[in-house]
Amino acid sequence: MRFTLNIWRQNGPDEKGRFVTYEAHDVSSGMSFLEMLDSVNQGLIAKGEEPVAFEQDCREGICGSCSLVINGIPHGPDRGITSCQLYMRRFSDGAVITIEPWRARAFPIIKDLVVDRRALDRIMQAGGYISVHTGGAVDGNVLLISKDQAETAMDAASCIGCGACVAACKNASAMLFVAAKVSHLALLPQGKPERTRRVKTMLEAMDREGFGSCGNQNECEAVCPKRISVRFIARFNREYLRAGIVESGLPAEPESPHAEST
Amino acid sequence: MMKLDPKIPPGPLETKWDRRRFSEKLVSPTNKRKITVIVVGTGLAGASAASTLGQLGYQVECFCFQDSPRRAHSIAAQGGINAAKNYQDDGDSVGRLFYDTIKGGDFRSREANVYRLAQVSTQIIDQCVALGIPFAREYGGQLANRSFGGVQVSRTFYCRGQTGQQLLLGAYSALCWQIDRGQVIMRPRTEMLDLVVVDGRARGIVVRDLVTGRLSVQTAHAVVLATGGYSNVYYLSTNASGSNVTATYRAWKQGAAFANPCFTQIHPTAIPPGDACQAKLTLMSESLRNDGRLWVPKMARDQRSSEDIPEAERDYFLERRYPRFGNLAPRDLASRAVKAVCDEGRGVGPGGHGVYLDFADVIAQQGVDVVRERYGNLFDMYQRITGEDAYRVPMRIYPAPHYTMGGLWVDYNLMSTIPGLFVIGEANFADHGANRLGASSLMQGLADGYFILPYTISHYLATVALSLIRDDHKESRAALRRVTSRISRLLNSKGYRTAASFHREVGKLLWNHCGMSRNAEGLKSALTAIPLLREEFWRNVMVPGSGEVFNQELEYAGRVADYLEFAELLCHDALHREESCGAHFREEYQRDEGEPQRDDGRFAHVAAWESREGESPILHKEPLAFEFVQPTTRSYQ
Repeated sequence: MRFTLNIWRQNGPDEKGRFVTYEAHDVSSGMSFLEMLDSVNQGLIAKGEEPVAFEQDCREGICGSCSLVINGIPHGPDRGITSCQLYMRRFSDGAVITIEPWRARAFPIIKDLVVDRRALDRIMQAGGYISVHTGGAVDGNVLLISKDQAETAMDAASCIGCGACVAACKNASAMLFVAAKVSHLALLPQGKPERTRRVKTMLEAMDREGFGSCGNQNECEAVCPKRISVRFIARFNREYLRAGIVESGLPAEPESPHAEST
Repeated sequence: MMKLDPKIPPGPLETKWDRRRFSEKLVSPTNKRKITVIVVGTGLAGASAASTLGQLGYQVECFCFQDSPRRAHSIAAQGGINAAKNYQDDGDSVGRLFYDTIKGGDFRSREANVYRLAQVSTQIIDQCVALGIPFAREYGGQLANRSFGGVQVSRTFYCRGQTGQQLLLGAYSALCWQIDRGQVIMRPRTEMLDLVVVDGRARGIVVRDLVTGRLSVQTAHAVVLATGGYSNVYYLSTNASGSNVTATYRAWKQGAAFANPCFTQIHPTAIPPGDACQAKLTLMSESLRNDGRLWVPKMARDQRSSEDIPEAERDYFLERRYPRFGNLAPRDLASRAVKAVCDEGRGVGPGGHGVYLDFADVIAQQGVDVVRERYGNLFDMYQRITGEDAYRVPMRIYPAPHYTMGGLWVDYNLMSTIPGLFVIGEANFADHGANRLGASSLMQGLADGYFILPYTISHYLATVALSLIRDDHKESRAALRRVTSRISRLLNSKGYRTAASFHREVGKLLWNHCGMSRNAEGLKSALTAIPLLREEFWRNVMVPGSGEVFNQELEYAGRVADYLEFAELLCHDALHREESCGAHFREEYQRDEGEPQRDDGRFAHVAAWESREGESPILHKEPLAFEFVQPTTRSYQ
C-alpha cells in the first residue's frame, strides 16, 4: 500500500507551523499507524533530515502518550481506540491522510505533533486524589462496595489522560477528564470525605489552565479511546451542585455508600 | 575491591523485618525538611516511594522522561497483584506466598527479602483500597480474587485487565497530593544520563531537559533509581518503546554492581510477531491461561485450520507435560514448551511461530458472556491487532521478552554497592530470583516504594552527616563532561544508518543467542559480534538535529548506544552460569526429558558484576544460604 501524508510541522511553540507532504511507500496492511510513521521517519533520518516528532510509548492503548488528529478526528476514524491501536488495513490504498497535533490553548505545541499536556497534571494536583498516608490503612474488606458501584467507578477510572476529549471539543474543555476523576472518587466510600472540596478545586484548576466550558455536544465521548460516558459529566454537575448546597449549610443528600448506583 | 554485604538481619525469618525496622535509626521531623532525595522514575516503585518520602517530610525531586508521571510503563500491567490475604480461605498464608515465590524463582533469591515481600503484600492491598483503587468485587461487596501461573491458590487482586493502570494511577494520585503540598518537585520530560559520585557516595545525577536539551546537575543527599527493566535490549519486547537501561547502566559504570543480568523473563503469551517494521510485541495477560487451553497439532507441518483438526489429533502440551498445573505452569516452563513444539515444526500461523490458546471449552461450559466479562478488553485488543475474532477461532500466541529479574545489586536495605544509591522495583535484582511469577511485579514495586525503602533510607540519612555538594563540584563537572562528550559524539558521527537499525540488529543477536535457550558456543559468538556492531554504530550512526533542542532521535540513539554495551554484560553473565535455572536455560545442562538441570553446588549465588573501564567486567559472588527452605528440584509435573 502507499499513502500521501499531509503532516503538520512546527519547530517550536512560538514558530509558525505548516503542512508538509510526504509519501509513504511499501506499507503493509498489518502495520500500525505509528509503525507507518516510523518507516517514514527512518527514511528521513537516513537522509539526514529531521524526523517528524510525535508522542508514543506503550503502543497498546493504555499509557495515553499518542495524540494524533487523523483526518480531523482525534485518534482517527475508529471509536474506542488510541492512535497507536489504529492499523493501516483501515485505510484504502492510495489514500491522502492528514495528521495534526491536539489543538487547544491549554496544550501549547512543543514540536510538530507533540504538545505540552502538563495542564492536565496540574488539574489532578489540585484535588484528584484521596489524602491518605502510607501505612495504617484498614483491612481492604472492612468497607463493602457493591459490585455495580465498583464497576461504575472503574468505568470512570479507565481514563488514560490523553486529552483527546479536549482536542475534539470546540471549546477545548477538559470537562470529561475532570468529570471522570471526580466521579471515580465520589463513587467510592474512601473518596467521600473530600468530595465537596475536590469538585470545586478541580473545576477551578481547569478554568485557570485556559480550558473552555462544556458545551454539551458530546464530541468528547465520541473520541474517547476508553469510551468514557458523558453521563459522568452529568454526575459531575450533580456533585458540583451538591457541593454548593453543602457549603451553603443546607442539608445535603445522605452519605451512604450504597445510596448511588448507575 | 568491591564487597557484597547483604546486611540480612539474623534470627528467625518471621521477625527479621520487624527487628530491622526497630534497630534502624530515624531522622527527626525538623531534619527531614533539610534533606533532599532524588527519585528517578515514576512507575509503581518510583511514584509510591516519592509520595511516601514526601509525606514523611523529605524534600523530594522526582524525574521521569515521559510527559507525565502517569505514563510510566507500570501502566500497562494487565493481570493483577498478589497478596497473602487468604480471603478465599483456600490455604494461603504469608508462608505459602513466600514459598511459592522462592520456588518460582528457582531458589536464586534471598530468603529474607522474599519473606518480607510476602509479609508486606497484605498491607499493599489495604493501602490501595484506601487510595480509591476500584478493585474487582464480589456481589457481596468483598474484594474478588483470581489465580495465576505457578500457584494453587487464588490470591490475585485485579481491576479488569488494567490492574497496572489502576495501581499506577493510585500511586500517581498520591504523588499529586505531595506535589500540591510542595513536598515533591516533579520534573517530567527530564532524563537521567549519569550519576555523580563523590568520595564513594551517590550525591546527584546529570539530567537532560528533553524539551530544551539543557543539561544540568541535580544534587541530593541520596538518589533512588526506580527506572524499570531492560527487556528492550531485545528490540522487540512487550515494554513501552521508551523503557531503557540507561539509568541503571550509567550507575553501573560509576561503580554499582549489576546482578544476574541474564535472568530475563520471556513471557509465553504475546501476539506472534508479524512483519519487519513491527515495533513492539503486545502481551496477552497470563490470566487468559486460567480458562484458555494451549495446543498444537500432533502432526508436524499440519496445514489444516484449527476447526478441521479433530480433538484426537491435538496436543494439549502443557496439560500433558505438567498435569498438576496444566495451562497454569510458570512462565519460563510454558515459554520453553511453546518453543519446543514450534521447533518440532508443529507451530501454527505465519512462519510456524505460534501456538493456539483456545477458549472453546470455557465458552461452551460457561457461556460467551462470562468470558467477555473476564477478558473482553483482551479479546478486543487481539482482534484489533490481528483482525481475528478469538470468540470464534483460537488465539495464536508466541513468547516475547517481558520482564527482567536481573538489575542493580542491592542489600536487604535496597541500597546498591554505592552508598546513598538506592534501587527499587524492576530496576533492582532482589526478589524474583531466576524467574518471576505472574502478578508479583506489581507487588514488589509497591512493596519497595510504599513500605520498605522509606524505612531503610531513613537509616542511611540518619547515620551520615552530609551537606549538599555544589553544582560545580569537580565530580559534578566531570559527570557533566562525560554526558556532553557522548552527546556530541552521537551528533557528529553523521553516518548513514539509523539508530533503530542497530537496535534491531543487537536485539536479534540476543534473541538468537541469549533468548529462551542458550549455549556456550552461541554466547561466545555474540560476545564477538557485539563489539563489532558497536564500533560500526559509532562510525555510521546518523542522528539529525542538534543537542540543545527537543530531539527524540538523539534520546533514542543514546539509549541504543547503551544497549550495545549492556548486551555484552548480559552474555557474559549467561556464559558464566553453567546451569539451567528459571528463565536461564543452558542447552548443555538439561535432564533427559528436556527439563532444566540446576547446579546448587556451583551456582547457588548471586552473580554481581563490577564494571572496569576498557576491560571485561569482574564477577563477584554473593552466596545464597537457605536456612529455612530446602532447595528442591522445581517440579510442576
